[in-house]
Amino acid sequence: MSPDYDVIVVGAGPAGSMTAKHAAKKGARVLMIEKRQEIGASLRCAEGVNRKGLEKAGVEVDRRWVAAEIAGAKLVSPGGKVFRIDESQAGNEVGMVLERHLFDKALAADAARAGAEIWLKTAAVGVLKEGDRVIGVKAMREGEPVKLTAGCVVGADGFESQVARWAGIDTSLKTGDITTCYQYRMANLRTEPDYCEFILGSAAPGGYIWIFPKGDDTANVGIGVLASKLKKAGEVKRYLDAWIKKDERLSCGQPLEAVAGGVSVSPPVERSVMSGLMLVGDAARIIDPITGGGIANGLLSGKYAGEVLGDCAQANDYSEQALMPYDKRWRDSMENRLWRNWMAKEKFLTLSDQTLDGVIETLSTANVDKMSVHNILRAIKDRHPDLVKEFEDLI
Amino acid sequence: MIVSIEKCMHCGACVGSCPQNAIYLNEVVPEFNEDCNKCGRCVRVCPAGALRMEGKR
Ligand SMILES: Cc1cc2nc3c(=O)[nH]c(=O)nc-3n(C[C@H](O)[C@H](O)[C@H](O)COP(=O)(O)OP(=O)(O)OC[C@H]3O[C@@H](n4cnc5c(N)ncnc54)[C@H](O)[C@@H]3O)c2cc1C
Ligand code: SF4
Ligand code: SF4
Repeated sequence: MSPDYDVIVVGAGPAGSMTAKHAAKKGARVLMIEKRQEIGASLRCAEGVNRKGLEKAGVEVDRRWVAAEIAGAKLVSPGGKVFRIDESQAGNEVGMVLERHLFDKALAADAARAGAEIWLKTAAVGVLKEGDRVIGVKAMREGEPVKLTAGCVVGADGFESQVARWAGIDTSLKTGDITTCYQYRMANLRTEPDYCEFILGSAAPGGYIWIFPKGDDTANVGIGVLASKLKKAGEVKRYLDAWIKKDERLSCGQPLEAVAGGVSVSPPVERSVMSGLMLVGDAARIIDPITGGGIANGLLSGKYAGEVLGDCAQANDYSEQALMPYDKRWRDSMENRLWRNWMAKEKFLTLSDQTLDGVIETLSTANVDKMSVHNILRAIKDRHPDLVKEFEDLI
Repeated sequence: MIVSIEKCMHCGACVGSCPQNAIYLNEVVPEFNEDCNKCGRCVRVCPAGALRMEGKR
């Protein structure tokens, strides 16, 4: 008996929509299910991305989902030292801040145009297995249980990543690899409207405070703190509130939206495919462990997954071996970088506020023309080789 | 586990952090199943401070 669909994508975030689009484009019969009632809402993101990340995944910029174009970035040390990166010379690599609720919908619309079916208010609650092979999902569609079979199920369910674990791939994280986040979108701020700001040090233990402009006097003002550094319930919000209160550019603002969420800052999954199952985006733990950014990697992994699934549908073969080209493609393109940044994160975690002040101060004389972790690590390697010696060959 | 409906922001941070995969987030509040071993991680991770272990304040 042939399955209900060639491909069932669980989760309509950027990674899921890209998978659905590219698989459908190659002729696969695709269903994408999303448990929420609206794609792209509610928000769980600071919405920063660079143009190159979109370009690499073949996503054309549409002004309708761009909230602000960025002129550069500022890294601020605990003692107020500033390292400013002017990106005006960086060409197509400059950053932008998105309107995720429109961006995610635009990507899902592309998936629909390519022929994918989309069901909202449909939550996967388990997977169907036959021996070691995943053959479909158990879901609740508007409260009604349904069983759906597929050649391949794609776990695109984000940080929650339950599909993988239901199928038997362990994606659980240690607390040192989880960042817990809280954010306000605020108005009436006195911050720079075209600079992304990152505030480092003990104001956000193991993470940072960010200010990402959203046009005019509005911005996403948020915090990520490493879960292993948290002692009490609700502490992360208190860290953010305390900062906002003391930063005069922020304390004059008011919140328009509150956002919470978890981010993995871990090495990527050891296994991203098994017979009848693929993991993409956050579910594959491919967020950049230094920045916490996962949009670009999610898009790219979805593109690769969809293309490989298109081939699998044509050959009607969804064995682990047939899905492996996906695993290879994303690893070739990002695995070294993810490991390097994870090692850098583990190192920077140990730095005192004083050391960070020193690092940012010396960096401020470096001539970095575009904001990227690699560029910053290179500048650190020049000036503080001891800080990066454990992973210098990856820089 | 006690969940504050008033505080919960439906963000799923607890779900992704639970080593036991014992939490399921419907669109209202997280639900906890019997696999929970009371490790307390979700309580710490919850950005909204919406979780509390039974018997603790
Ligand atoms: C506070 C915060 C700030 C961030 N800031 C940035 C940033 O500035 N830049 C950046 O690049 N990244 C950022 N990230 C990370 C970024 O949001 C993610 O990497 C990105 O959204 C990953 O896309 P995805 O498609 O893998 O998953 P998601 O976008 O999380 O999509 C997963 C989807 O699956 C659905 N789903 C989950 N479980 C089920 C189920 N059982 N059944 C059906 N549907 C399900 C969810 O409802 C959701 O719609 C941030 C994250 C947080 C939490
Ligand atoms: S206490 Fe631990 S095992 Fe129980 S739900 Fe929370 S994280 Fe999971
Ligand atoms: S982490 Fe907290 S706010 Fe988020 S879904 Fe779980 S209980 Fe609700």
